[in-house]
Amino acid sequence: MDIFVQQIINGLVLGSVYALVALGYTMVYGILELINFAHGEVTMIGAMVSLTVISALVGVGVDLPGVVIVLLGLLAAIPVCMGVGFTIERLAYRPLRNAPRLAPLITAIGVSIVLQNIAMLIWGRQYISFPPILPQGRHQILGATITDVQIAILVASVVLMLGLTLMVKKSRLGRAMRATAQSPQIAGLMGVNANTVISLTFILGSALAAVAGVMVSAYYGLAHYYMGFLLGLKAFSAAVLGGIGNLAGAVLGGLLLGVIESLGAGYIGGLTGGVLGSNYQDVFAFFILILVLMFRPSGLLGERVGERA
Amino acid sequence: MNQKSRHAWLVFVALGIGLALLPFLVDAGLGRSWVRILDLALLYVMLALGLNIVVGYAGLLDLGYIAFYAVGAYCYALLASPMFGLHLPFWVLLPLGALVAGLFGVLLGTPTLRLRGDYLAIVTLGFGEIIRIFLNNLNAPINITNGPQGVNQIDPISIAGLSLGKTQVLFGVTFSSPHLYYYLFLILTLVVIFVSMRLQDSRIGRAWAAIREDEVAAEAMGINVRNIKLLAFAMGASFGGLAGGLFAGFQGFISPESFNLMESIMILCMIVLGGMGNIPGVILGAVLLTVLPEALRYIGDLQRAWLGHVVIDPSDLRMLLFGFALILMMLFRPAGLLPSRQRKRELSAAGDIAEQEQASVYDARH
Repeated sequence: MDIFVQQIINGLVLGSVYALVALGYTMVYGILELINFAHGEVTMIGAMVSLTVISALVGVGVDLPGVVIVLLGLLAAIPVCMGVGFTIERLAYRPLRNAPRLAPLITAIGVSIVLQNIAMLIWGRQYISFPPILPQGRHQILGATITDVQIAILVASVVLMLGLTLMVKKSRLGRAMRATAQSPQIAGLMGVNANTVISLTFILGSALAAVAGVMVSAYYGLAHYYMGFLLGLKAFSAAVLGGIGNLAGAVLGGLLLGVIESLGAGYIGGLTGGVLGSNYQDVFAFFILILVLMFRPSGLLGERVGERA
Repeated sequence: MNQKSRHAWLVFVALGIGLALLPFLVDAGLGRSWVRILDLALLYVMLALGLNIVVGYAGLLDLGYIAFYAVGAYCYALLASPMFGLHLPFWVLLPLGALVAGLFGVLLGTPTLRLRGDYLAIVTLGFGEIIRIFLNNLNAPINITNGPQGVNQIDPISIAGLSLGKTQVLFGVTFSSPHLYYYLFLILTLVVIFVSMRLQDSRIGRAWAAIREDEVAAEAMGINVRNIKLLAFAMGASFGGLAGGLFAGFQGFISPESFNLMESIMILCMIVLGGMGNIPGVILGAVLLTVLPEALRYIGDLQRAWLGHVVIDPSDLRMLLFGFALILMMLFRPAGLLPSRQRKRELSAAGDIAEQEQASVYDARH
């Protein structure tokens, strides 16, 4: 039972990170029907930039609490990621908006490779470790342990998701986004500048990705130029699981995927008599993705059964 | 026989002699290691032509293609190495590898039949990763793939008692191992090219083009979309499996790391760069992208000569350039270096057909 609760907690924490990244995929898909392949890489850039700033601050010996240093790193990472997201859309996707669907997908792969390799040239191939500056407190819940970092991740992601939902539901920009998603042409007739809305969507998604990047590196204590790939793939699976294009779906999908993954990793060894071990953890996301696409391509909360699904 | 076809015939003969002499010229001019690169280039031509069936002909974007290469390679490696003490001959293993890879193609194709475009891309990508993760982890509890260490001491391919792994003297001419593999690969590549060409113009090829252009219309015309898609996956995969078996025998050692996502993307790059759906284009793309990275190594030497030390490792530069190449090709020459005539029409910037189609799709959807 303790293990069960523990895996649920771990899963929810991991899942909330997936959800933040999945929101970026889903927002872009909702508007452009484009899988922004490079979104995972934006998360990685966020992690790398913040880690660089944090390490520099720690290295100089700044006398600030750990939390403040991490926040400063985050504040540095967010604008960088916003810039990257904006640039990607501007240079690689916008010129191809009316091209056949294969074309932007291939540029997206190209952008992803470029970002990965630029990161490798800047930060090298080795793992970068997160300085141990955050509070290491542990709390007991129902026989399981939850750390301060985990609590912080959960709280921050809930706040961000609520904020995003409010923004999309209530604000002018949110209304423009929803209108553009329904029909760019008609939104244009109503005075919405679709290009601005699309740029802002990318910027918003990238900011969330930056936060997620910091969370992942703080959680695992590591960052690596290749970390964005798998994270992005899982987050995309989460978005599809919840119903791509649907914000609540991305959150639900992210949390579910996180829980399934950690429960799977915890129990697969026992269930299969040791044939499959926790080293198969990364396979779950793909199997879920394939199963969802086979049986419910519109996802859990998606309404439209699109022609493309 | 008219004048034109006689010329074509002459060109063929010249090309044949050129290809037959190529390894010797390369050996003399650039060294033995370049003959190996030539061999690899031929393998990549086979792979790219295989992927071209799936992506170029049938329009199904497959990002996990390398998995079939891996299946073919492991098929060969496990049945012709000390791993299980089996040493089956290559004429059993190569067709077997192609067959097993083809079955895996159907396995991948079945759940993805209803998917299109980007969804398919992601699922195939996931499939490629699943295969790699399994290859990496199937060393416990029963050791099947030897895990991350890979399989080594794989038997070299030997034909009628003539091992291609050793230097042989035939008809008074000395052939080193890479030379011998070159001729085997060349023959098989020509077979693959021939099959690809015939497929393209066949009933099946036209059905692929039809589902690529418009699946609903194709179905309405009486094409069995399910079978024809599965066939595309299976055919493409079996080419990959064949190339994989050859790779295992040629290399003598394989590990899961040879079959990562970047390899899939590189093969995709080859056909995008060369011209999707067009056989000469695909061949050009495959050769260019195999040879250019090797040539990039000289950039390291240049840096050492000019700057005194290597600032940027050329192998790091390789993928970066591929990434840029993908983006720039799509932006400025989306149909590839040697586009097929049809693709060119579809993808051209002034493609009023495409625009009209877009508009009508838009109308229909809203």
